[in-house]
Amino acid sequence: MNLAIKDVQHNLGRFSLTAVGIGMMLMIVMGMAGIYRGLIEDATLVIDRIGSDLWIVQRDTRGPFAEVSRLPKTMVYRVEAVPGIDTAREFVYHTIQRQHEGKPLRMSILGLSWPTDKGEWLPLVAGRPLAQNHFELIADQTLGFQLNESIELGKEKYVVVGITSGMVSSGGDGMSIVTVSDSQAIQFDSVGEALRLERSARERRALDVDLFLKQPQLVEQLSQPTSQLPAVSSPQISAVVARIKPGYNIEEVQQTIANWGDVTVFAKADQEDLLLQGMVDKARRQLGMFRALLTIIAAVIMALILYTLTLDKLHSIALLKLLGAPDRTILGILLQQAIGLGALGYGIAFLIGQQLFPFFPRRVVITNEDLVQLLLIVLVISVLSSVLGIWRAMRVQPTEALMG
Amino acid sequence: MTEPPAIETRNLNKVYSSGRTEVVALREATLQIPKGQVVALLGPSGSGKSTLLTIIGLVIPPTSGQVFINGELIVDGSHAKTNLRNYRRQNVGFVFQKANLIPFLSAIENVQIAMELNHTSSSKARRRAAELLDAFGVLERSYDKPSRLSGGEQQRVAIARALANNPAVILADEPTAALDSHRAKQVMELFAKIAHEQNAGVIVVTHDHRYLQVFDAIFEIEDGVLRQRVPVDT
Repeated sequence: MNLAIKDVQHNLGRFSLTAVGIGMMLMIVMGMAGIYRGLIEDATLVIDRIGSDLWIVQRDTRGPFAEVSRLPKTMVYRVEAVPGIDTAREFVYHTIQRQHEGKPLRMSILGLSWPTDKGEWLPLVAGRPLAQNHFELIADQTLGFQLNESIELGKEKYVVVGITSGMVSSGGDGMSIVTVSDSQAIQFDSVGEALRLERSARERRALDVDLFLKQPQLVEQLSQPTSQLPAVSSPQISAVVARIKPGYNIEEVQQTIANWGDVTVFAKADQEDLLLQGMVDKARRQLGMFRALLTIIAAVIMALILYTLTLDKLHSIALLKLLGAPDRTILGILLQQAIGLGALGYGIAFLIGQQLFPFFPRRVVITNEDLVQLLLIVLVISVLSSVLGIWRAMRVQPTEALMG
Repeated sequence: MTEPPAIETRNLNKVYSSGRTEVVALREATLQIPKGQVVALLGPSGSGKSTLLTIIGLVIPPTSGQVFINGELIVDGSHAKTNLRNYRRQNVGFVFQKANLIPFLSAIENVQIAMELNHTSSSKARRRAAELLDAFGVLERSYDKPSRLSGGEQQRVAIARALANNPAVILADEPTAALDSHRAKQVMELFAKIAHEQNAGVIVVTHDHRYLQVFDAIFEIEDGVLRQRVPVDT
């Protein structure tokens, strides 16, 4: 006869409610681990999926994800010329916030190097990759855009031709993917008034220079939009991503480009490390600490619940001792119930979590590894939590059954 | 060769200490209960009846003195000669003033558990439990929890549990206190029958003087001093 099960059957309602309570708490612990994983996965998503071996960024910067990096577009051709480079592509990445249907909408813009990169590597759930150099956009489903919807960004309208899943920035903002030239148009878009003021200031400054007085055509050039001033500056890119030819040593190619004075080169792993150790490190540690605290709180609450359940059984325990039940029988009842409560709570946490986590604003990634880890933690907590109750039960004397 | 008594105590003393205060609960208590006899233990509240019962039941140790069961020395002062919990499980049956059934077990499981703790197989224990409940007229309540049984039914289940392992010693502490006079008489007669049929030694603590004729001997205890009243006063 299993006394632990008999006792649970007798107090099924209370045991079930307690398990639900513990389950809800464990669900939060599980969710924290999922948010932690989601944060890491989101942060490294683009790096993983874009499939590049090297990231060439502005000298002494940490790349487009950590800070502003500016490189001339011509850097692509310089990189392509390096022995061992298979392909080199422009990479433009920035975050914008616009109004959409009356609500603020943040999105990260990823520029693809047309025509070499049309976004075939993107995890599309609907639609297609880009088919033209301009005015097409692939959006992540978290942004809420519909296929064929027309989105106004800057002065242009972009048609949503594809929907991706799981393409979000390290900040959790959904990504919009356009061509590099479109992403630059969005990034450097200015209102007409600002352009006119900037142009007139430029013209005023030119009047102080003899050269411009002698060459009026130069002043006319200055009066054009900034993006059309080739001699002054061309729209810049955030980075160049390159793939190495098979058979070449990545480190050697990386060292060749790193010798240039105007760039810094990161291997894919370096870029991932920078992201994890830099941008998301504090959030990661905060979540980790919060998770540890929640686990401790769950253990304390479980200990109190199990202790209370034991107190309710003290008379029966004394009676069992009087009947000659060995300590291992008493221990078995308490341990089985503690582990049962933990396991049931874990199951409830998993089931409720599966239903609730998709509604969380940030991605919650529950991995098998984390599930197994939490199960082990729950089992350890269950055993540790029952120690207080076991200690009390072991102190019960059989004579207590004779009282009252 | 004479058969050893079912229960024998020699010069039992029990002193409870609390700080500098000492309370003597038993003084040189000596008794012998032959096998197959049922004896009554009378005495006012606080006289030491329960203390004597719990020492004989191997629940608490005496301060000094010895306890023999079936002629075997089990307790010598505060020293146990064997694992008392195991010995108690196999050789002692308890019946209390309140039935003291385990609330989360049904009537039959309350009887069954006593045997399962004594390593009887579950199926065998179940059969024997059903036989005992049948013998005490509560078989039809086998699957009811104690909270659904009347006081008398609970007490009969408790007696069935006490008998489950065919113990050498049965100790009953005011078992009829919660019963009406008819049921109380039945219970007292039942103890006498059990003692005679199972060749067990039975001690019944009681305040009820109406059924003393069923006992083979009567002991009285007052201020921890035990003495035998002979012959039985009917």
